[in-house]
This record gives sequence, C-alpha cells and structure tokens, in this order.
Amino acid sequence: MTIIDRIKPDFLRSRNITTGPFRQMFNYSRIWQWAMLLTSLVTLVPLVLITAIDYNVTQQSIESENLLRTLRVGSNAKRTISSFLSERLAALTFVVRDKSHEELNDPAKLAVLLDNLRESYGGFVDLGVINSDGVQTTYVGPYSLQGKDYSDQDWCTEVQDKGFHISDVFLGFRKVPHLVIAVKHTLPDGSCYILRTALDTVRFNELLTTLELGGRGDAFLVNREGVIQTPTRYQKDIFENISYTIPEFSENTEIREDKNEQGEPVIVCSSYIPDSPYILMIIKHKNDMMQSWHQTRLKLILFLAVSISVIILVIFAFSTYLVNNMYLADERRLMILHEMEYSNKLASIGRLAAGVAHEINNPLAIINEKAGLIKDLFTYTDTYAADTRIVGLIDSVLSSVERCGIITKRLLGFARHMEVTLESISIGTVINEVLTFLNKEAEYRNISVKVDVAPNIPEFQCDRGKLQQIFLNIVNNAFSAMDVGGKLTITVHPDPPDHIVVTITDNGCGMTEEELGKIYEPFYSTKTKTGGTGLGLSITYGLVQELGGKIKVTSTKGEGTTFSIQLPLHPPQKAEK
Amino acid sequence: MRILLVDDETEFVATLAERLSFRNMEVDYATKAAEAIELAARKTYDLAVLDMKMPGISGIELKAMLEKQCPGMKYIFLTGHGSEEDYRTGSSEASGYLVKPINIDILVARIKKALEAK
Repeated sequence: MTIIDRIKPDFLRSRNITTGPFRQMFNYSRIWQWAMLLTSLVTLVPLVLITAIDYNVTQQSIESENLLRTLRVGSNAKRTISSFLSERLAALTFVVRDKSHEELNDPAKLAVLLDNLRESYGGFVDLGVINSDGVQTTYVGPYSLQGKDYSDQDWCTEVQDKGFHISDVFLGFRKVPHLVIAVKHTLPDGSCYILRTALDTVRFNELLTTLELGGRGDAFLVNREGVIQTPTRYQKDIFENISYTIPEFSENTEIREDKNEQGEPVIVCSSYIPDSPYILMIIKHKNDMMQSWHQTRLKLILFLAVSISVIILVIFAFSTYLVNNMYLADERRLMILHEMEYSNKLASIGRLAAGVAHEINNPLAIINEKAGLIKDLFTYTDTYAADTRIVGLIDSVLSSVERCGIITKRLLGFARHMEVTLESISIGTVINEVLTFLNKEAEYRNISVKVDVAPNIPEFQCDRGKLQQIFLNIVNNAFSAMDVGGKLTITVHPDPPDHIVVTITDNGCGMTEEELGKIYEPFYSTKTKTGGTGLGLSITYGLVQELGGKIKVTSTKGEGTTFSIQLPLHPPQKAEK
Repeated sequence: MRILLVDDETEFVATLAERLSFRNMEVDYATKAAEAIELAARKTYDLAVLDMKMPGISGIELKAMLEKQCPGMKYIFLTGHGSEEDYRTGSSEASGYLVKPINIDILVARIKKALEAK
C-alpha cells in the first residue's frame, strides 16, 4: 500500500453508491471538490484582489514619489545653476556701472578687478573690454587676445541688442571648454562698450556632479540644439548631441518617461535655465529608481504565495475532515439500515415460517395419529402382531412425522417472541451445562474442548434457557465442522464497562465469504445431508438480540470459525426489546 | 379412566380416541364445544384433552365452561400453534399441554400423571 493510499480519506477509497435502497446520501467526492473550490474562492479571491490592489497602489505611489523626488532635484539644480550664472552676470553689471570706461581700459586696474572677481566668485578666467566696433581694446588674462575683433560673431550682436550674453560652452581659441558672459554698458554720450569675461567650467560642472542621483543617474546641461555642454557619466561626450528629444520650452521643470538607446525605460527631467542657452537634463534609470520597490515586491509575492499555500492546506485538511466525517456518519446510517433490513427480513421469514408450520402441523398431526393407529392395530391385535416389517415401516413413518414435528416447532419458535425469564447466572456454569450434552461426542471423536473464563466475570441477570440454546447451537455447529481430533476453545472475558464477550473458536472446515453472508438466514445449512434444518443460527441470532447482545462471526475456509457473542451484564429495558 | 377429547379436526380426534382406547381408556370425543358440553352433561369424565384453538372458542374458555359442569375434572391442552412457552397457562389452571403432532406415549404419561395427582 502506497503512502497516498494510506492517507487517502475513506470517501475517496470507496465506490460511490448512487442507486438502490442503500445509496449514499451525497456524492462525497463532488461535495469535497465543491467545498474545496468554493472555500478557496471565497478566501483566496479577496486576498489576491487586495494584494493586487495594494501592489498597484504601492507601485504607483513609489513611482510617483520617485518622479517627485527627481523633479525636486531638477528644480533645485536649476536654481543653483541659474544662481551661479546670474551671480556672475550681476558681478559684471556691477563692475561696468561702478567703474568708469577709462578705469576699465586701464590694464593694471582691470587685472586687479579680475583678481578680485576670482577671489570673490571664482571661475573667472580673463576679463576684456570690447568697444562698440567689436574690437577688444583691453584684455587681462592668460591668453593674448588684445585687439581681437569679435564684430563678426553672433554673440556680439546679441549683446548690443539684449544688453548681456551668456554663451554656450565652447572650445574657442583656447581649446579648453569655457563659457563667456558679456555685459553691455552705454555711456552718457550714447556710445557703448562691452565687458566680457570667460568662465572656466570646473565650478560649473561641480554643481552638477555633486547632485545625489543614485544608480546610473546623470545630470548635465545641453544647449537648445541638444549639444552636451557639461561632462556626463553615462551619456555621450561633451559637444555631442544627446540621444533624447529636446523638450519644448517651459518655464517649469518638466519630467517625462522615455527610453534610452538600449530601449531601457528612463525618467527624463528637463528644465530651461533662464537667461541662458542651457537646458538642464537629469536622466535616471527607472529600474534603478524602483530598486527598493522590487525588493518589497519580492517579499509581497513571497508572502502571498506562503499565505495561499497555508490557506489551501488548511482548506484541504478541514474539507477532507468534514466530508470524511459526513461520509462515516452516512456509512453508519447505511450499516444500521442494513442491520434493520436484515432483522426485518429475518422477522418476515419467521412469520412466513410460522404460517407454514401451522398449516403443516394439523395434517401432520393426522398422519401421526393415523400411522400411530395402524401401529396400535398391529401392536394390540394378534392378527398382525407377527408382521415386523409393517411395524418397522410404520415406525419409519412416525419417525419422519416426529422429525417434521421438530422442524415445525423450531419454525414456530423462530417466529415467536418469547418472554425473557431472568435469573442470576454464572456464565461458566451455563457453558459447562451445555458441554455436558456433548461430552460423549467429544470423547468419541477425540475433540478437545478448552474453556477459559476470566476470573473477574460476575454473575449477572440473564435467561438461562436462551443462553443454553445459543451456546448449544454454536457448539453443535462447531462439532459438525470439526474432524476427529478437533479443537474447540471457549473463552469469556469482560468487555468494559458493562458487557462480557464469549468467544467460541473451532479449527473446523471454516466458511467462505459467501457462506458467511447467509449463515443467519433460515433454512440455510451446509449440513442438510446430515439432518441440519438450517434454523439453528437463525434462532441463535434472534435469541442473542432478545438478550440485548450482539453476535459476530469470522471464518477462514479450511482454518476454522470464531463466534463472538457480546452480552450485557445488565438486562435490557423492556422498551428496548 | 374416562377421557373426553375435544378438537375441531375430526380425523385427528377420532383416530386419537381410538388409539387411547387401545390403552385401556374409555374415550369420547367431540369436534365442537357444544358437543363437548353435552357429553360432559351426560357422563362424568376424569380428564379432558382440549384443543387450544377451535372455531369460535378457545380451549381455556371451554375449560372454564366445563369446570362449572364437572368440578374436579383434569385438563390437558393440545395446540398446533407453537411450543410450550407460547401457551403456558399456569399450573393452577391446567395439568399440562402438548404440541401437535403429539407423541401418544407422552400423552398417555401426562394423562396418568394428571390422574394420579387427583
């Protein structure tokens, strides 16, 4: 037997009986399946639904939080860069307003001014004054740019129109990335000049590289054409075009989802830096941002899986337990129904037998008397006295009538509901009384009889005659079943709290399953050739029931038979009889 | 020894009467209760063998009627309906009973025993 067979519940092991008088009330396999399915649905659907909702809400919340955080970082970075540029623009504006044109055209004073600006703000590389024709009249700085003509450059025109200019980052003559800030100043006579400075991008870049972006996040500036202005960590090199679409102009910091060149989802935060050609770009990988969510998600799914497993296990165990108990209750009901049906059947057969016996009895009595009269005629008159053959024949008729008479009496006894006559009896004594009838036969056939009565069996109220008849019938059958040298064992032991069990075991020929199923039926006998009427065990069955007991039999063909009779130590109440 | 047999089965009662007469008994028989009462009115009997169940009357009822006419008469009951326990009527009312088909020797023994106790 496999482990599955061992743990398989009873209702799955047996075949479902759906028709006939002894059909089961329900299809237990189906009930079990439905119970499992419905309970699982009722419990798991809300659980899965709530988990799914929670999953989405949490995911959206984390995504939203990530976007907001990136937006805040973008806005802060925008303000920082804007402040950086406007500070330097304001410094230049202050200088042109504070200093006279002559002072600014004095290289010594301009050099002092440059030093002061470097000290105060940092990032200033050089300083130059350009006249209204676009020629740099004065220059202080590391390069020889004195007299350089900028009149053909766009920025020069822009300063004339707009009053100031902040350039893209470019290499220029210097071959070093830098940017230029220029401020126009108009003199009272209407002429104008431009104060121009170059800023190195070191401090500028620091502002972006120090941003806390996490993972593969990147922050850099591009110009309006999408050319990268500051170094990037994971994007293209400086002065190359970015691979993302340039966002449309907006005064606010914008955020959107996009995909990088590898097709990975990214968050793009962009912001136009006011009064400059720059656009701040912050690129963050969505997967990096959702890293914490992925861990939480894994725990959530794991928790869900464990919960579902436990729920299914509990539902399985509980449904199986309930349905199995229902099944067992139904089985008990069917068993009782079987027993009732069997008792009814026996009672019906008993009534039938009594009717038959009664009908036969009267003609039998007449035959008996007629045959008896013939015998009397032979016996009491001299004429026929010598004819022994006729007397023998009549004796044979009378013997047969007597045999029929015994059968009819037994049939009537089988059907009769006898009053139970109670008296205090010792079970050992009753058994020994019965055995005295059979001592001779036991000796003759060398059958050993062993009686073992437990010492703690008390005397109890019972019907001695019925008990004797019960034991006599069973022991008689045992004797018939055994060959010469057979062995009969009768044991009596208590069956707490208030019963005793008498077990009668023989090592006779035993019975098959089929024979066992019929032994209590009237007229069923395996000893018909040797005079068995087939009523002994039927009567025994009825008598045991009348005494409030139970009888069980087990038998193996060729090995022997055991009858167990359970008897109450207290007689049953009248109402229960 | 005068015996009155009462049973509704004529064949049975007539044959039984003849058999008892072989055993030195003076036997009359009746197949109806009325006949039995008439016979008892005319003769005195030592013992009556009564069938327990006859058309319209039971053996016990007939016994009660006969007792008025023949005080001191003994009774044995016959029945075709069951064994002893079924028709136990009590030792004060009847001397005994027998189940059909009866054994003539047992019946004779019962009759003798009943009459000895008289």
